[in-house]
Amino acid sequence: MEAIYIILAGSLVAVSCGLVGSYLILRKMAMVADAISHAVLPGIVIAFFISGSRDSLPMLLGAGALGIITTFLIEFFHKKGNLQTDASIGVTFTWLFALGVILISTFAGKVDLDQDCVLYGEIAYVPIDLWITDTGTIMGPRVLYISGSVLLVVIAFIFIGYKELFLTTFDPSYAAIIGINTTLWHYLLMGAVSLTTVASFESVGAILVVALLIAPPATAYLLTEDFKKMLIFTCIIGIIVSVLGYYLASYIDGSIAGAMSTVAGLIFLVVFLFSPTQGVVFRNRRSKLSMTLNEEPI
Amino acid sequence: MNIHAEDPIIEVHDLTVSYSQKPVLWGIDLSLPKGSLVGIVGPNGAGKSTLIKAIMDLVPLSSGYVKLFDTQLDNVREKISYVPQRESVDWDFPASVYDVVMMGRYGKLGLFKRPRQADREVVQESMRLVGMEAFKNRQISQLSGGQQQRVFLARALAQQAEVYFMDEPFAGVDAATEKAIVELLRRMSKEGKTVVVVHHDLQSVAKYFDWLILLNMRLVASGPTVDVFKEELLQEAYGGKLTILSEVGDLLTKGRFPSREKTV
Ligand SMILES: Nc1ncnc2c1ncn2[C@@H]1O[C@H](COP(=O)(O)OP(=O)(O)OP(=O)(O)O)[C@@H](O)[C@H]1O
Ligand SMILES: [Mg+2]
Repeated sequence: MEAIYIILAGSLVAVSCGLVGSYLILRKMAMVADAISHAVLPGIVIAFFISGSRDSLPMLLGAGALGIITTFLIEFFHKKGNLQTDASIGVTFTWLFALGVILISTFAGKVDLDQDCVLYGEIAYVPIDLWITDTGTIMGPRVLYISGSVLLVVIAFIFIGYKELFLTTFDPSYAAIIGINTTLWHYLLMGAVSLTTVASFESVGAILVVALLIAPPATAYLLTEDFKKMLIFTCIIGIIVSVLGYYLASYIDGSIAGAMSTVAGLIFLVVFLFSPTQGVVFRNRRSKLSMTLNEEPI
Repeated sequence: MNIHAEDPIIEVHDLTVSYSQKPVLWGIDLSLPKGSLVGIVGPNGAGKSTLIKAIMDLVPLSSGYVKLFDTQLDNVREKISYVPQRESVDWDFPASVYDVVMMGRYGKLGLFKRPRQADREVVQESMRLVGMEAFKNRQISQLSGGQQQRVFLARALAQQAEVYFMDEPFAGVDAATEKAIVELLRRMSKEGKTVVVVHHDLQSVAKYFDWLILLNMRLVASGPTVDVFKEELLQEAYGGKLTILSEVGDLLTKGRFPSREKTV
C-alpha cells in the first residue's frame, strides 16, 4: 500500500508538472520553475509570522502569492526594463530568496522555522501524512488529494485554453492581432505554474519538482514534433519516472525524491543519445551513412 | 509628396513611435484606398516593420492615432490579418503545416470551440493557394525558408480578412512562387481586399504595386505608384546609397518597367 501511495503521489505531481513544464520549455522559460522554487521562501516566512502557525494552508497561500509576484516581476523587468528573460529571472529570484534568508536568520532564534518544514516536503512521508476528518474518519494520504486537485485544475486549464496557449506560445504577436489577450494568458499560465510548483513542493520537495517540470517535457520534445503527442509523452514519461524512481530508491535504500530525479535525468540522457529522430547516436550514424553513400561511385 | 486617398480604409495621423525614448518614426501621416495593393519601401532600419506594427497596435505609439475602417482597431480585429517577418518565431516548435495554417481560424473560433468542417476546408484551400497542400502534415521545422514563408501566408489567407499586412512576404521565396503569390495578391485586391506589403526589391516595385509608401524614419512619399516612383523621391528615401539608385534610375529612364495597368 505504501508503495502505491508514493508512486501515485509521484505520478500525479509528475503529470501536472510535466504539462505546465511543456509550455515553459517552448516559451524558453524553463528556469521560471527554478526561480519560483527559491522565490517563495519569503512568502512562507511572512505567512508564518502572520498566521503564527506552521499549518500548511497559510504557508501555501504565502508561497503561492510570492510565486505570482515573482512571475510579475520577471515580466516587468523584461518588458519595461528591456532585460533579457534569463537575466530578469536571475535578478528576481536571487533577490527574493536572499530576502527570505535574511528574514529567517534575523528571527531564527525566536521561531521554530526552517526551509525544510514546508519547502522541502518529503515524498517518503506521503503514506503517513493522512487526512483525518473532524469525525475521525481516515480519508487516506492528504497529499493525494492536494496533487489530485492540482492535476484536475491543470488539465481543465489546458483543455479550455488549448488553442490560446498553443498560439500565444508559438507566435504571441499574431495572437495579439487576432484579438487574443496574450498578457492574460501569460499570467494564467504563470498562475498555473505557481500553483503546481508550490503545491508540489509541499508534497514531494523542491528538487524533484524542478526535475519533473523540465526533464519529462524536454525528453518528450526530443521524441516527437507534434505538440499533442509531446503532452501525452510527457505524462507517460512522468509516470515511468515515478514508478522506476520508487523501485530504484527501495533497491538502493536511498532517497525517493533523489532516485526519481535521477531516473528523470537518465531517461532524458538515453533519449538524447538514442532518439530515432533527434538522437545524437543515430544522427551521427545517419550522416556517416549518407557520407558513405555519397562516396560510392555512380 | 503625400497624396491622400478619397475614401480611405487605413488612416495614419501624425504617428510617432519610439523605442526606449529613441524615435524611429516621426510624424507619419498617410491614408490608403480600399482595394489597393500597397508597397512600403525604404532602406534597412527605415521603420517599415515598425509602421505596420504600430498600425496593428503591436508597439506603443508616442503620439498620433490610427484608424481602420474609419474606427478603432479593436472594433475591426477580425478584418485584419498579418504576415510577420519569418524570423519572428521559432520554427523548431512542435507543430505541422496544418496546425499553423489552422491558427488563422482561431480568431473566429473563440474559447472551447474546436475547428469544424468549414474551417478545415478554408485551411485546405489556403494551403492550396500557396502551393503547400502537399506539405500539409510536414513538421514546420522541416521546411525550407521559402516554404515557411508560404505557411505564414496561408495562415493569413485562412483568416479571410479584409486588410492584410505582410512584412517581406517574398524574402527567400523563389521567383516562380513569388510570381504566383503576386498574382494571388492582385486577385485579392481586385476582390476589394487591401494588401499592404513591405518590399525590398526596387526592381519589381513598380510592377507589383499600385500605391507606394516611401519611408525613411519620416514619410518621404505616399501615393499612386505612377506619382511616387520618381528618382528624386527614391533618392530622398535611400539617401546616399547611389549604386542601387543608379540602377533604378536606368530602369526609370529607359521606361522599361511595365506599369501594373499594362500587365493586368
Ligand atoms: N524592439 C526594438 N527595440 C529597439 N529598437 C528597435 C526595435 N525594433 C526596431 N528597432 C529600431 O527601430 C528602427 C526601425 O526598425 P524596423 O524594424 O521598423 O526597420 P525596417 O524598415 O523594418 O528594417 P528592415 O528592412 O531591416 O526590416 C531601427 O533603427 C531598429 O534598430
Ligand atoms: Mg523589417
